[in-house]
Amino acid sequence: MRKREDALLKRDNLTDAEDTSTKLNIFKSLKKSRTWRRFRRHKLALVGATFLLVLILIAIFAPLIAPYDPYAIDLSAYRNPPSYAHWLGTDTAGRDVLSRLIYASRVSLLVGLGAVSIYVIIGTILGAISGYYGGWVDHIIMRIADAVLCFPLFVIILVAVTIVGPSLYNIILALGVLWWPGISRIVRGEFLSLREREFVEAAKATGEHSISIIFRYILPNVVAPIIVAATFGMASAILAEAGLSFLGLGVQPPTPSWGNMLIDAQSLTILKSMPWLWIPPGAMILITVLSINFVGDGLRDAFDVRGRAE
Amino acid sequence: MKKNGYLIKVENLKKYFPIRKGVFSRVSNYVRAVDGISFSIKKGETLGLVGESGCGKTTTGKCILRLIEPTEGKVIFKDKNVGDLSNEELHEMRRNMQIIFQDPYGSLNPRMTVRDIVGRSLSVYNLVQGEKQKEKRVGELLEVVGLKKEYMRRYPHEFSGGQRQRIGIARALALNPEFVVCDEPVSALDVSIQAQVINLLKELQEKFNLTYLFISHDLSVVRYISDKVAVMYLGKIVELANWDGIYSSPLHPYTQALLSATPIPDTRVRRERIILQGDVPSPINPPSGCRFHPRCPYAKPECSQSEPELKDVGRGHYVACHLVK
Repeated sequence: MRKREDALLKRDNLTDAEDTSTKLNIFKSLKKSRTWRRFRRHKLALVGATFLLVLILIAIFAPLIAPYDPYAIDLSAYRNPPSYAHWLGTDTAGRDVLSRLIYASRVSLLVGLGAVSIYVIIGTILGAISGYYGGWVDHIIMRIADAVLCFPLFVIILVAVTIVGPSLYNIILALGVLWWPGISRIVRGEFLSLREREFVEAAKATGEHSISIIFRYILPNVVAPIIVAATFGMASAILAEAGLSFLGLGVQPPTPSWGNMLIDAQSLTILKSMPWLWIPPGAMILITVLSINFVGDGLRDAFDVRGRAE
Repeated sequence: MKKNGYLIKVENLKKYFPIRKGVFSRVSNYVRAVDGISFSIKKGETLGLVGESGCGKTTTGKCILRLIEPTEGKVIFKDKNVGDLSNEELHEMRRNMQIIFQDPYGSLNPRMTVRDIVGRSLSVYNLVQGEKQKEKRVGELLEVVGLKKEYMRRYPHEFSGGQRQRIGIARALALNPEFVVCDEPVSALDVSIQAQVINLLKELQEKFNLTYLFISHDLSVVRYISDKVAVMYLGKIVELANWDGIYSSPLHPYTQALLSATPIPDTRVRRERIILQGDVPSPINPPSGCRFHPRCPYAKPECSQSEPELKDVGRGHYVACHLVK
């Protein structure tokens, strides 16, 4: 008995060792994998990814990086042009533009990630159910999706935000709840073709239940298109937030967001003579959205979403 | 189970696929993929089911496992009608009935490791406790089918066609089934690998006392593995006999034509080829009477009028033809 336990223990240790070695192998193989190789070839995507990485670090470490408190009002330094003390000048309330820009990146990334995760989850589940079961379930879900798509979404979000009151979380929620049809259609399409594959039949034959087949067998095969769609979705969400905030229906001042920093640019004098107030947030929106789109393009090519047989 | 009884008995199995048309998906017609076939297989035996593409072989196999719901008919497995089972009962029943698929590329999930592909069913049926035990069992299964147990951490794309088919076989065996439907398990493989896989299936049959329904369009493969052979044409069985009965004295004209088309690896042997005229008719509108009559070289007027029954001509040889008395 003793001996057997020892032997078992030994075997356990052995498999543990194997486990760590395979984990290392996963990293190695990721580095060597086709997806990574293809992504690397896409130079713009690499540049975009690098920029986003830096942006994420800036957002996380904003308090350490920002030279000033973004909320500190200094009425004596009112709309000052860029100087050594204030690299990007000060705004209408005498707040440091650079610090506000840095803090605003948090809002944008939060909206991008938050809204996208909500609608990816909703869209994936609805699309998966729709595509896997087909029939009337599919009809109902897809007609709802069509109905949602029929409305100009920006207007609905405007109305929704006006009713529940503008705030960061309401925007995330509104975008998340209303933007799922696109992704659910992609997922549905993939499910429609994958559910006819023999491995799904094999799963049924080995006694798997539908839920398990959907999430364990089919969904992993749909991850690539979902990631690509989510990446592009993130860019649109950031743009939508900027648009809403610019109209005063998004993130409310004094919380800085790139969109509401642009509110100042609604006045012609500022537009003409104080470019430091609107060029930086505008440029940040532009570069961020471009970067995300480049990364999305790179991912799409790397995953080869269309036509990979495997 | 009854002594000398049948493990599985199929009675008058039918599968009609509806063809839908128009805005309201009105059913306009049916594809009669399987149109009333009956056979039975004894425990430990292999029934070879042959026929050309589109004659309903695969549909028959899948109907037996209820991967496709049959339109009509009974599948009696271990004295229970598979068609009457509730979902839970079917779930239990599937432990004993498995399937090996034709396409070793489509039948393995590209995103799962071999360990999960083979071992998932063990977890589904709670046959193993914990990952360690599962890996041990998967390792055993891989070794049984002639693969290294280290392969369990790999993904399907890292294997060749023959190896993939072995993985498929290991998956089918994981639950210790009694009955396995082999749906053209070798037709996607090249000839040298075919022999290996067939031999493996034979070995496994002896080792685990398996019962096979072996579906194939290749008569030489079926000859090698089967105890009995059923020949299908357009959703019907036209001839059913022990393998020597089929191969040495084929009675149905279709079987004769099929056999004359199998190559003989000897250039000195000359054989008369029976070349059938025309194509297989559509299973949407099968010909009246005997379904083979438009292509049959010996067709008589009565062949187009009444449908021949599958009748016993002695020594367990059944044939559906008006010409055979």
